[in-house]
Amino acid sequence: MSGEAKKAPYRVPIGPNHPALKEPVMFTFEMEGEVVKDVDFAPGQAHRGIEWMGMRRNPVQIVHLTDRICGICGVVHSLSFSLAVEQIAGIEVPERADYIRAIVHEFERIQSHLLWAGVAAHELGFDSLLHLTWRVREEAMDVIENLTGNRVNYGIVQVGGVRRDIVPEQHPVIEKCLATYEGLLDTLLSFFLDDRTIQMRCRDVGVLSRRDALELCTVGPTARASGVNVDLRQDYPYAAYGDLDVKAILPERHLGETHGDVYDRIVVRLLEVGQSCQIIRQCLSEMPAGPVTAEEKLVKLLATCKKATGEGIGRVEAPRGECLHYVRMEGKDSPASWKVKASSYSNLMSWIPMLRGSQIADIPIIVASIDPCLSCTDRVAIVQDNRRSILSKDDLHRLSVEKTRRLQG
Amino acid sequence: MRTLPLVPELVRQLFRRPATNRFPAKYLPPSIRVFLREVQAGRAAANPPVPTPPKFRGKIAYDRDSCIGCTLCVKVCPAHAIEFIPDTKKIRVWVDQCIFCSQCTSICPKSCLSMTDAFLLAGEDRYAEELIVE
Repeated sequence: MSGEAKKAPYRVPIGPNHPALKEPVMFTFEMEGEVVKDVDFAPGQAHRGIEWMGMRRNPVQIVHLTDRICGICGVVHSLSFSLAVEQIAGIEVPERADYIRAIVHEFERIQSHLLWAGVAAHELGFDSLLHLTWRVREEAMDVIENLTGNRVNYGIVQVGGVRRDIVPEQHPVIEKCLATYEGLLDTLLSFFLDDRTIQMRCRDVGVLSRRDALELCTVGPTARASGVNVDLRQDYPYAAYGDLDVKAILPERHLGETHGDVYDRIVVRLLEVGQSCQIIRQCLSEMPAGPVTAEEKLVKLLATCKKATGEGIGRVEAPRGECLHYVRMEGKDSPASWKVKASSYSNLMSWIPMLRGSQIADIPIIVASIDPCLSCTDRVAIVQDNRRSILSKDDLHRLSVEKTRRLQG
Repeated sequence: MRTLPLVPELVRQLFRRPATNRFPAKYLPPSIRVFLREVQAGRAAANPPVPTPPKFRGKIAYDRDSCIGCTLCVKVCPAHAIEFIPDTKKIRVWVDQCIFCSQCTSICPKSCLSMTDAFLLAGEDRYAEELIVE
């Protein structure tokens, strides 16, 4: 090898499949020694054409398809899609259904954050903590299973309400789980936050400044850990959140300072587990009696959806941040357009400032720290004649100009 | 501040029962399929699985006689797992495609579709007899 080729910066490709990454994404690092000089990434390896499938199905079917966009946030996507369709068709959701939606939503947040905490511990090489968090997570999974009938792919949300009521016999099950978590939270916080190894590996690692977080439109716990006060449940309440007392969890309210590093992201997520427990408790005590769906007869619901025209947007605070569904109905069985913007999509760009200047050994924990969910995110892949191509801004501009010319004749 | 707060918990774990339910056997048999066949034949005993929750959505059951062939279930099935057979005016459910959403059981006007507790459905042949309900 010639001396020329050995000179820094070296290019280190990681991915699309790599043991350090839980989902396929392609990274190219420019390394100088152990330090990352620059980084680029290419998502789009897990595109499944879900929107294409949705445009050939009716809203009642799509709700179950949205469950399968992501294995962790099942209720988030179906809730956000239902909100959009309800907006178009003018369906008023009964109050009790709103509360049940909120309860399942919060249980999902608990299990998702605990899952993330386990993954974070695993990325640090702390596997005993991974097993401990995941064992604790099972409690939430069991309750979700009891409420909805399945551990994942809950299928509880339907356009117009929910499909299952929470009966009085289920209250003790929920209560027991909440008591377990409230008792465990301090222990978990101490396991993660007082541990010297975790402090050394996470403090001031993968820093995202407040300014960067705002400029890159970061959402969810990643933004909150950088001190940005955003939480859809507080800013634009949906479901029952308007009646509930939700305040965004910010690190400075609990630690007195914001670093915007991986450690702060752990703090925010773990404290949100406690917050979710409080929300569920409040929901259970304030839940009004009444029907759980606006339209019990599915045939009528299908007819209402078929008549509906217009466009709607459903926004939901997923465990990873804001999830947005855009739906357009034009008086047909299936929607004319359906666009999903998952929360990780907004967060991916924050990898670049986080990874710049960090060490190669910190890459796994920094990549995992935004809790990326790439199967949610990948929505576009351009494949033509077996070749993939990426349209840059200039290409899109050129195509747009060409179309105007064409229309002008 | 403690430097290793997890250590006492780890020591405690040593004396607790493992949280994992060892299904189907305490130790991994050389071949799961052979082992399950032995269990079916009554020659071996399996560790029972974790019980299913109430109203669990498992393999679909179909009451052929009360079906009126209205095809509503075909309209709401997200996975296109239900096929309508015009000759007999009855349906056929391909369980290998079923996503267990239970939407067809909710829409059925005669309640002839229902979800059972069966969940051990993995197989190699998607056209196996036990994976087609009609």
